[in-house]
Amino acid sequence: MAAALADKQHRSPYSPALGLRFLLLATLSILLLVVDHRNNALDSARKAIGATVYPLRVVVDAPVSLWRWLGETTTSRNELQLKNSRLNAERMLTQARLQRYAALEAENRRLRAMLEATTRVRDQVRVAEIMSVSSNPFRHVLVVDKGTRDGVFDGQVLIDAEGVVGQIIEAGVLSSQGILISDPDHALPVEVNRNGLRTIAVGTGEFDRLDLPFLPNNADIHEGDLLVTSGLGGAFPAGYPVAIVDSVVRVPQEPFASVAAQPSAALSQVREIMLIWSAVDEPSDEAAVAEQAAAEAVTSEETPDE
Amino acid sequence: MSKHRYAPPQPIIISLIAALMLAIAPMPTWAEAFRPDWVTLTLIYWAMNLPRTYSVGWAWIIGLVLDVAQGTLLGQHALALSLVIFVTARFHLQMRQFPALQLLATVLALLALYQFILFWVNGVAGVNSPAISYWGPVLTGSLVWPLMTMLFGGIRYRARN
Repeated sequence: MAAALADKQHRSPYSPALGLRFLLLATLSILLLVVDHRNNALDSARKAIGATVYPLRVVVDAPVSLWRWLGETTTSRNELQLKNSRLNAERMLTQARLQRYAALEAENRRLRAMLEATTRVRDQVRVAEIMSVSSNPFRHVLVVDKGTRDGVFDGQVLIDAEGVVGQIIEAGVLSSQGILISDPDHALPVEVNRNGLRTIAVGTGEFDRLDLPFLPNNADIHEGDLLVTSGLGGAFPAGYPVAIVDSVVRVPQEPFASVAAQPSAALSQVREIMLIWSAVDEPSDEAAVAEQAAAEAVTSEETPDE
Repeated sequence: MSKHRYAPPQPIIISLIAALMLAIAPMPTWAEAFRPDWVTLTLIYWAMNLPRTYSVGWAWIIGLVLDVAQGTLLGQHALALSLVIFVTARFHLQMRQFPALQLLATVLALLALYQFILFWVNGVAGVNSPAISYWGPVLTGSLVWPLMTMLFGGIRYRARN
């Protein structure tokens, strides 16, 4: 019965040169693996195949988007008003905080200019939506709906409202892949906000835990310390919150303390994240710097188009 | 060679695309470790029944797409899928004669082989992941296999008439 549906040529049920074709393809796969493991020569091929996957992602994402859209359009007027007033109050608060921040930043800029250090201009931020999070439990990868067309680049930093989420590992044309800081292969340079103690936070494969494996037993660190990016290594801009230390175990015989921290960002729940463009410019004379700071204080925190 | 002998390709293409979509669909974190290998199962089914058209070449190309979609090394899923489909196409005549339970055991073994290749490539490339995590998809994959054969069998029956 089944044979009735067997395909085109009916004489032999086996496809021609099956073994040979398999051997060829297997060799090709292994070659690809070696080349891909050694360097980034295959990036353009990846991008081309990635573009074909994009429509599938959009379709897969559609039910979730539809659900959110339904939720948004069916909220009652009352609820919306409540939400609106709450957001207004929140905005007032943040604005008030920002005023002080602007003054502080201008002062910081002046001091840095006097020290002739490079100044960091305000980071530009743009909101992106997450299309999917890691199809593979031990590789924490997410896909965002912005690509090189929107100026995304490899190594770009991803944050959410609470802290650092990860970085872009592969910028496609329409969508990009990012690695989360909780991926077992990810490590980022951090410092303790309280005393500037520098170390490295390594992902563990669990969304709610980072390890700090390189701290000696006598290091000045305890539970509740906030870890921020140190800016060393150049990948992450300095000063973004990363995690809060939640356990420090010091075993006298061991050379290193075992320290675990909980990421500030809600890594397993985020839906919208922000991409950061941080630029570094050389300090010119003091007046120009102060002027620029003043101008920026007015147009504070405006994202490029969203 | 009358026309009804050809399997119309549309249902097969659609089933493969659906399997790819299921493979990249977002899932809650706890369920992620138990996501069945939809693509592998679908390919095994079609390679077993129509091995002349759907065999290692298709498996390799779809494997590459999976590699890009899941962000693994390029060639990892392609290698694993083409090996599994090679075995399936080589022994498809025997597999068609197997009683359901024996076929299920064979599919379980094929899924385990697939995961083993992924595990092996990960190990060689230095991607660390606990060995236990590879068993979830094998088990759930064998659970959905009978449902899948029923669904695809229905599709083929309808396509024939």
